[in-house]
Amino acid sequence: MHIMEGFLDPIWCAVWFVIAIPIVALGAKKVIELMRDHPEHKMTIALSGAFIFLLSSLKIPSVTGSSSHPTGTGFAVVMYGIATCAFLSTIVLIFQAILLAHGGLTTLGANICSMGIIGPAVGLGVWLLMIKAGLKIPVALFCATLVADLFTYVVTSFQMSLNFGFEYFVDYLTNYAVTQIPLAIVEGILFFMFGMYLINNKPEIFDIAQGVADAKKEGA
Amino acid sequence: MENKYIYIIGFGIIAALVIGTLAYGAANGFDFGGSDDSGGEIAPGEDGDEYEPWWNGIFGDYELPGETESLLFAVQAAIGAIIIGYFIGRSQNRGA
Repeated sequence: MHIMEGFLDPIWCAVWFVIAIPIVALGAKKVIELMRDHPEHKMTIALSGAFIFLLSSLKIPSVTGSSSHPTGTGFAVVMYGIATCAFLSTIVLIFQAILLAHGGLTTLGANICSMGIIGPAVGLGVWLLMIKAGLKIPVALFCATLVADLFTYVVTSFQMSLNFGFEYFVDYLTNYAVTQIPLAIVEGILFFMFGMYLINNKPEIFDIAQGVADAKKEGA
Repeated sequence: MENKYIYIIGFGIIAALVIGTLAYGAANGFDFGGSDDSGGEIAPGEDGDEYEPWWNGIFGDYELPGETESLLFAVQAAIGAIIIGYFIGRSQNRGA
């Protein structure tokens, strides 16, 4: 899914880095503060990072004849917000860019923007709407992760089109996003089940999730 | 008790989707490369040639052997899976 090394013009690499760096820095700051002030969150932060690690390493073949992988960013973003999600995704992206030649260092900024920031941000929007509408958490988690995953690839297509011209946008969309639809559904189901598990075993974990406290207040 | 069925059905759907796409791909002779590679092929180069990346990364043209690459992907998956497993194990113990 990631844009490969050297595929974006230097000017676009710079633009995406400029957008990504402040958000990642803010995320790093948030994680450090959270670890210091609320040690009980350590496990949940590790867990949301672990999902990104696990799911983005699973290359699964898809219907269009290419393989792709889920992103796993949905859980991180609904628990801790966009900046933290961007920071956690950055760790995974650097791991893959350096050790696996998957993605790249010059395109790191663009990949952080698509997988860590814009895609999850759309997912978070869906989550907030659904929580506000009073839907159950597993259902909202299903939709949020599905949308976050899918939009990561829409953004990737957009980034490639900005670089190579919009006449290729549909080509990129069919290449990246269509490949991703079955995977996004798989990811959604996985998080739906995990949401069910948490609701049954550790429901208090969602008290800190984005928007949940507000929804509870309104309901009360 | 009915929760158990949700997990069974969920994993069932996932297995069906993955096996279904694999079978569909195999029947049509698809080559399961990465979508990032095929995305690179769309990029237009000069005179209709393939696009030449302007930088090949810190390793240059060196490509990891397939086995090593799978190993590193597996390591990445394992790191994630261990943490998730630890979390589930811990919350399970606390409930007991």
